[in-house]
Amino acid sequence: MARKPELLVTAASLEELRRLAEAGADAFVIGESRYGARLPGEFGLEQLEQAVQYARSSERQVRIYAAVNNLMDNATSDTLPEYLSKLAAIGVDAIVFGDPSVLMAAREASPGVPLHWNAEMTSTSYAQADYWGRRGATRIVLARELNMEQIIEVKQRTTLEVQVQVHGMTNIYHSKRSLVDSYLGHLGKEPGGLDSSLGKGLYLTEEERQGERYPIYQDAHGTYMMSSDDICMLENLHELLEADIDSLRIEGLMKTPEYNETVVRAYRAAMDAYADNPSGYRFNPEWLNAIRRVQDPERELSYGFFYKEQVY
Amino acid sequence: MAMTMNTPGPTGKRHRLDRPELLAPAGNLEKLKFAVHYGADAVYIGGQKYGLRSGADNFSFEEMREGVEFAARYGAKVFVATNIYAHNEDIAGLEAYLRKLEEVGIAAIIAADPAIVETAQRVAPGLEVHLSTQQSVLNWRTVKFWKDEGLPRVVLARETSLEEIAEIKAHVDIEIEAFIHGAMCSSFSGRCVLSNHFTDRDSNRGGCCQSCRWKYDLYVDGDTVTGEDENQFTMGSKDLCMIRHIPELIEVGVDSFKIEGRMKSLHYVATVVNAYRQAIDSYFNDPAAYELKPEWLDEVNKAANRPLNTGFFFDTPGTEDHIYEAEDKAAPYDFAGVVQSYDETTGLAVIQQRNHFKPGQEIEFFGPGGTFFKQQVGEIRDVEGNVLDAARHPLQQIVLRTEQPVKPMDMMRKRIR
Repeated sequence: MARKPELLVTAASLEELRRLAEAGADAFVIGESRYGARLPGEFGLEQLEQAVQYARSSERQVRIYAAVNNLMDNATSDTLPEYLSKLAAIGVDAIVFGDPSVLMAAREASPGVPLHWNAEMTSTSYAQADYWGRRGATRIVLARELNMEQIIEVKQRTTLEVQVQVHGMTNIYHSKRSLVDSYLGHLGKEPGGLDSSLGKGLYLTEEERQGERYPIYQDAHGTYMMSSDDICMLENLHELLEADIDSLRIEGLMKTPEYNETVVRAYRAAMDAYADNPSGYRFNPEWLNAIRRVQDPERELSYGFFYKEQVY
Repeated sequence: MAMTMNTPGPTGKRHRLDRPELLAPAGNLEKLKFAVHYGADAVYIGGQKYGLRSGADNFSFEEMREGVEFAARYGAKVFVATNIYAHNEDIAGLEAYLRKLEEVGIAAIIAADPAIVETAQRVAPGLEVHLSTQQSVLNWRTVKFWKDEGLPRVVLARETSLEEIAEIKAHVDIEIEAFIHGAMCSSFSGRCVLSNHFTDRDSNRGGCCQSCRWKYDLYVDGDTVTGEDENQFTMGSKDLCMIRHIPELIEVGVDSFKIEGRMKSLHYVATVVNAYRQAIDSYFNDPAAYELKPEWLDEVNKAANRPLNTGFFFDTPGTEDHIYEAEDKAAPYDFAGVVQSYDETTGLAVIQQRNHFKPGQEIEFFGPGGTFFKQQVGEIRDVEGNVLDAARHPLQQIVLRTEQPVKPMDMMRKRIR
């Protein structure tokens, strides 16, 4: 049997978390939007504690990672020591961060709690992984804009755990500005007259790319624009498994629990089949068909940047 | 200009300037010379690798050396932007590149990727490392992190307010650099991959195709949220301009005033540097009597490519801070020529042509320190003495009578509407 990597998922609620754990997820990244970026649901400290208690008692011993990966302003930064010490007391299995202020606070407030570096699009090399490793991170979450070759090389050259996203949408733009409200103002409408929060169905189209729908939403930290397609690496998952990538993430943002459960089951099946017999592993098209049956027809399943060559 | 040391930091380097530095962009060697001549205390440039403006001319090491020597004559420094987020394949060659920058006399690099930061500290200790705005640093604890890592300076995210800058300065003794003029990413810097998704061009390695300024439509559940015109939604921001707020910036303790624009023209760089230089000097000559001079604002507006605003310094930008209509060039002026020489006895100047001009047009001459006058173009000749009906050829030497004395490197612009 080969070593099994982790299947990491988001969850919008405790209920969804239990459901996805039963479907085969190994770990969850959850938290509250004051500290965590682009979360599908709110887990305040109380809910987070319940999630940890559930995880401890769960048959499969799932792990809970706290999302603390926002860019922090002074006011939020001031509250970090208290928040992180509470996370440590609750017993989260790791703290996910993307701003060095968290590392500074964690050194005193949550010593011993593993730290995962996740600055999304800016985590781009083995050298950067090693940098954060020397400063206490145990894992690097790689940018979704890297390709397979680059991902494999990072894994070969760093001692840190490597996490990549294998399924779901990705964030492609984050502004501190409230761009939907500003636009409403331009149209002479009441800013806030349109609910532009997560899950309200707002999307952008670009003049030259009709047919591509880019979800957009606002929260207290500004405006987010999301990819028009969903990454789906299921068919080629063996490449990541062969490369010994440590954690494979499914992004559940803007998806129903049914959808996420279907996706988790499909990846679980593929990962288990590979672990049982790597050399005899065969992709089973039925795994992908199950996802296709619940996939929004407006959103293409794609390989993201895994097989792309970018220029600059 | 004097830059003295206050309390020395752990690295032994200065970390607070007694008077803020005016830091200007220079897309090529000529722009560097003009930026320095017009009053920049430091300029930042791009080399052939590791910089975020792959579309700019960018400097060879030889040009860097010449730029450093030129700047030194004015007591100015040269920084190099090495502000990409490196991928695996960019790491090989980094050490040699950084050593070379140190060798040619570059004072500092501006870096975002921690791997580049650390490599520079290890292999080129003579280079200061300034943390780039691409790291989107917003809070004092993160600033403290970089200070503890040995960096003497942090360029803050454009999203920090004056109040937040004051808090940062109160918590951490470090040089703070802030953008005070020029184009802005509407996203957090480094946190936008629109370019990657639309065109496979990597924005964090210099390939940004400015997709935020393209045209979009906003929909809710299949219905467009718009008036009669389609594709009005935009993420495009107006440009930053803080010329009206020099005292606030100085008093809050910003150590380096940074002008954006390595892709901008020679005329833009000279004009904007000139205005800010005068404003900063005027404040330090007599803070109590400081007044914004309308001509500084006029000058800045003559170089403006877009409408201007104050970014996040006072409040989060709203409707009025974005560009929803077609972008008009804001300035009714164009760069026309550069003074090469002036003969006091004849009152004739030799002008190097930079844009078409002809007799009868309204022109302005300006130079460092705010020298300025307007006149009409009279008779023009080439250097052989032939009378011309227009100055048509780029870089052609044109002889022209000026109504007041001018100096080499003074600039000439023409009114275009």
